[in-house]
This record gives sequence, structure tokens and C-alpha cells, in this order.
Amino acid sequence: MHIQVGVIDYAIMAIYVAFVMGIGWVLKRSMKTSSDFLTSGKSIPAWITGLAFISTNLGALEVIGMGASGAKYGITTCHFYWVGAIPAMVFLGVFMMPFYYGSKARSVPEYLKLRFNEKTRGFNAITFAIMTIFASGISMFAMAKLMEILLGWNFNVSILVSAIIVLVYTGLGGLTSAIYNEVLQFFLIVAGFVPLVFLALKSAGGWGQVQARLHVVATNGGFSSDAWTRSWAHMGSPAANPMGINWFALVMGLGFVLSFGYWCTNFLVVQRAMAAKSMSAARNTPLIGAIPKMFIPILVILPGMIAIALTSRSGSGFAIPKLADGTLDYNNTIPLMLGHFLPSGVLGLGLTALMASFMSGMAGNVTAFNTVWTYDIYQSYIKPGQSDKHYLRMGQIATVFGTIVSMGAAYLAANFNNIMDFLQLIFAFVNAPLFATFLLGMFWKRATGNAAFIGLMSGTFSAAIHHGLTQPAGATSLIKGGWLGHVVYTYPSEMAQNFWTALFAWTICFVVTIVLSFTTRQKKTDADLTGLVYSLTPRIKETGVPWYSQPATLGTIVVAVAVVLNIIFW
Amino acid sequence: MQTDIRFPIGLLFTIVGVLIMVYGIFTRGAEMYQRSLGININIWAGVCLTAFGALMLAMAIIAQSKDRAAIAGK
Repeated sequence: MHIQVGVIDYAIMAIYVAFVMGIGWVLKRSMKTSSDFLTSGKSIPAWITGLAFISTNLGALEVIGMGASGAKYGITTCHFYWVGAIPAMVFLGVFMMPFYYGSKARSVPEYLKLRFNEKTRGFNAITFAIMTIFASGISMFAMAKLMEILLGWNFNVSILVSAIIVLVYTGLGGLTSAIYNEVLQFFLIVAGFVPLVFLALKSAGGWGQVQARLHVVATNGGFSSDAWTRSWAHMGSPAANPMGINWFALVMGLGFVLSFGYWCTNFLVVQRAMAAKSMSAARNTPLIGAIPKMFIPILVILPGMIAIALTSRSGSGFAIPKLADGTLDYNNTIPLMLGHFLPSGVLGLGLTALMASFMSGMAGNVTAFNTVWTYDIYQSYIKPGQSDKHYLRMGQIATVFGTIVSMGAAYLAANFNNIMDFLQLIFAFVNAPLFATFLLGMFWKRATGNAAFIGLMSGTFSAAIHHGLTQPAGATSLIKGGWLGHVVYTYPSEMAQNFWTALFAWTICFVVTIVLSFTTRQKKTDADLTGLVYSLTPRIKETGVPWYSQPATLGTIVVAVAVVLNIIFW
Repeated sequence: MQTDIRFPIGLLFTIVGVLIMVYGIFTRGAEMYQRSLGININIWAGVCLTAFGALMLAMAIIAQSKDRAAIAGK
């Protein structure tokens, strides 16, 4: 299934690579302190950090995965954006950013240290550092694999070349360079995918025809005819929609626990907002990002929906290939659509967009890793009290080291599929309860350090137990659950199991932290907690910011538009 | 002061836009446009990219000259 790639396509990719490295080289001049390198010296305007904020998450795995889900589940996939991102982004901007940006914390783990204690920070910093390295490795592996399948490139060469490019631009220009490239990637994705969506829609005969075909797809799958084209109407019971979840699991599991846990506490994305040049720019970062975020489904989910519509009509010229067992192989839907509809020239643009999002996926993780490593692990536990020059050097070394270990992780993923699944599962257990800790930390001054630490641990532990006692329907391996030997409950789908695991872990962490806070002594004084907790922090007065660019106004607009989108596609 | 990001974005999109547009003009009627339903998508995309690139460059240049004027004014 090779795609025909011409000289012009390679030329476009080469120009992009030259620019990426050039940006790193130009920015190197302004990298004078560790803060310039690791936190961008808090100097970037909100529209840039806002686009970078959503681009870090718009890695190629996300683009390809969303296209596949669009084909598999239809418009319900949009919930990952409208329910699973927008509310959390607004919450981060309006309510949480003042504490991240206003405190002296340079990272999310450092906030935990200031608010709670050293061990809570240590736990978060170490798990986060390991997690980012593996995420970067998985991204590298997926890119090399895809390039091997589609373009016939050598796997080892792809890994090496992509690692070198990422290393050059993040090693020279640090976080600023990564952010600039994320903005570039955002525009490339738009430029490469708009022609694809336009041509695919035209080929299918317009949105009306796509809907008509999706009705057939839904009926053939044994669902009501509008199961692929209405996002909420069939959320009443798991059996009525292709995702196998109901509205409660969707709203609470995805919309609340998983989404707030990701967007509000994951340093990978929060770091972008913390690099903004002022408090109001930092608060506006996720809000500005939320506006394009709501419409990204048009670029990444719609092509998948069109692909399944075209597949269902014989003679349409495009069909999603089948696996050996006769089921559809959704995974490469997006790259195949690119190869099918785009002629040389625009094709190069589409492939460059994919390549750019793979690389910024890696770069984002590497820049988050080097900050947490340098400030939260090296400066805190290994060598405190050195000159800033020393830590700048360490940041650069961590970038090289992080990239090399990511390459190792990429090969690990290539050779032991189960190890990667296993690690991702462990990280899911660690992340699920985290938002409960932050919520209590930021909005309840009585929450104590020891209670937070034990709460977090019990949340993680209970996620593991829940996963060990349940299974999704049709599970064949213990990595999917039930490894405690006794299955208490079988979920209709893997997604439902994930949502409930997260919900369970969050609740345990929340309750345990509250109960223990009442029984342990608060070691932090009110003065210690000023700027870190809502009730002890003076309200921000947005002076000199026009009313239309104030976080409260922007947040309200974003929520209103998201509600309207949900109603239109109800 | 840091480099204005609109320079590299503008430059990249202008270069790539012109490249795709010229390529589209030279490959008019080529067989590969059957993939894009007979539309010469390269010319269209090329024009849009170039326009976007030029707009970004213009904004960067205006911002820069305003900065210079502000510094000269002080």
C-alpha cells in the first residue's frame, strides 16, 4: 500500500526540515539562562502559546487515531473535543492558571512541593519524567512504522533522522523553539488537511450524501440509522451507540476525571501556558487554544467519517482495507486518504503536516522532560545550590539524554508490544486520581501534605485493583483487565472500562484526601499558602486588559460556542 | 527581544506556496489530477498558501517598523 511520492513532495519536506532547524539556530542567541531555555523566560504572547497548547496534543498519533475513530464510531468521536477538552481548558484558564502562573513554581511538580510537600512532588516528578520519555518513544516508533508502511523508508533511518532533527531544534532553542514549531505545525495541519477534506467531501457528493451513507453504515452495524451522525441522541445506554458507553460514564469519566486530569495537571500542556508573557496571557492561553480546538474535528474526524461512507458504497473508488479476519483495518485511514485524494505537490504538504506533528509530539515531551528533570529532580535531589549556568548546561544535557532514551523506548515498543501497553496502563493508574489532588490543593486550604500523598497513592492503587477485577467484553489478554483472577464486572467496551477506572480512582483519592486532612496536622501556615490556594489569594484585577480579551469573557464565549455545537449535532 | 514567529511562518508558507503553485501550472492536465477529481488542487492550494504567507510577513514587518518607530520616538 505504498503511496506514490514525487520529487516535489520530498522538496517540501526538506524545506520544512530546513526551517525547523533554522528556527532553533536563530533562537539559540537568546538562550542565556536556564529559564530562557526551559521555561521560555515567560515572554511569549498568548496567541502563540494558545496554538502551541493545542498543537502539543495534536500529535500525529492523535490525528491518525481520531480519523480511525471517526470511521469506527462516527460523530460521537467529537466528544473527545467538545466534552473531553473544552470544559477542562476553560477551567484551567479561568480558575487554575492564577495559581500556576502566580506562584513561583516553574513546573507542575514544583507547585505540588510548594502546596503540599516534597514526597508528593517527588512522586509526580519521577512518574511524569518516565512517562514523557515513553510517550516520546511511542511517537517516534509510530512515525517510523508509518513511514515504513506508506513510503517504504527504512525503520532505523527514520528513527535516527527524526531524533536528530528534534534534538537539533530543541537542543538549540529550548522550549521557545518547541513552541514555535508547534505553531508552525498547527498551520501545516490546516494547510494539508483542508484540501483533503474538500476533495473527500466533493467525491462523496457533499455532506448530505455522507449522512445518507452513514445511515446505511449504522443500520448494517445493527444500530439506529442516525447512530453515526448524532452525538448525544444514543448515549442513553451503552448498547445503543458504537462506543459502548452511556452519558454518565462519558460526562463524568471522560469529561470530568480524564479530561481535567490531562488538560489541567499534565505539565506537557500546562508548560505552554506557563511560558506566556503575563498573567492574562497565561490565563488566555487555553481559552484562545479552545477556539480552534472546537473545530479541529472537521479536519481530523470528518475524513474518517467520509472514509467509512465511501467504503460502504461500492464503486466509490475508496475503501478502507480489510484485515485477515475480514474486519476493517481502521488504523491507517487518514494516511490512505491522503494518498488517495492528493496529487503530488499538495500531497507533500499533507505528509509534511503528519511529519511535523510526529516531531512536535516528540519535542513537546522532550522539553517537558528536561524541565522536570533539571528543576524537580536534579536541582532538588541530586545537586542543589549550583550556578544558573550549571543548570542551563544540565537542561541541555537532559535534552540530549532524553532524546537518546526515547530512541531506546521506540525500539522497546518495536520489540515488546506488551511492555508498552503495560507501561501505558500503569501511567493511566497514576494519572487518574491526580486531578482530585489538585482540586483539593487549589480550592481547600485545609488539605494537608500527608493526606494528599496518601490520597494519591490510594487512588493509584484502587485504579489498579478496579482494572484487575473488571474486563471489557471480549477481552483475550490480561493486559485488558481481570488479572486478579476474579472478574467482578464485564464492561461493554474497553472505553467504558477506562472511564470507570478513572472515575473510581478519582473518587477514592478525593475521599481519602479529605478524610485524612481532618485527621492530620496542617504544617503549612496561611502565609505559606498565599498565592497557592483560592481562599488565600487576592482576586486578580485585570486592569489595562480590554473587556473582550479578559479570561472571563473569553471563557464564556468558548463555553457558549461549545454548547451550540453540541446542540446542532445532538 | 525574541524573533517574531510570523517571519518564519510567513517565509515558509510563501516559499512552499509559490513552489506548489508553479508546479501546478506546469503540470496542468496531468494524469495525477484524476486523484483530485480533475481539479488542479495545486494551483488553488498554492495561491492560498502564498496569500497566507504574504499576510504573515506583512504583519511581521508592520509590527517591526512600529517597534522601531517607538524606540526612535523615545
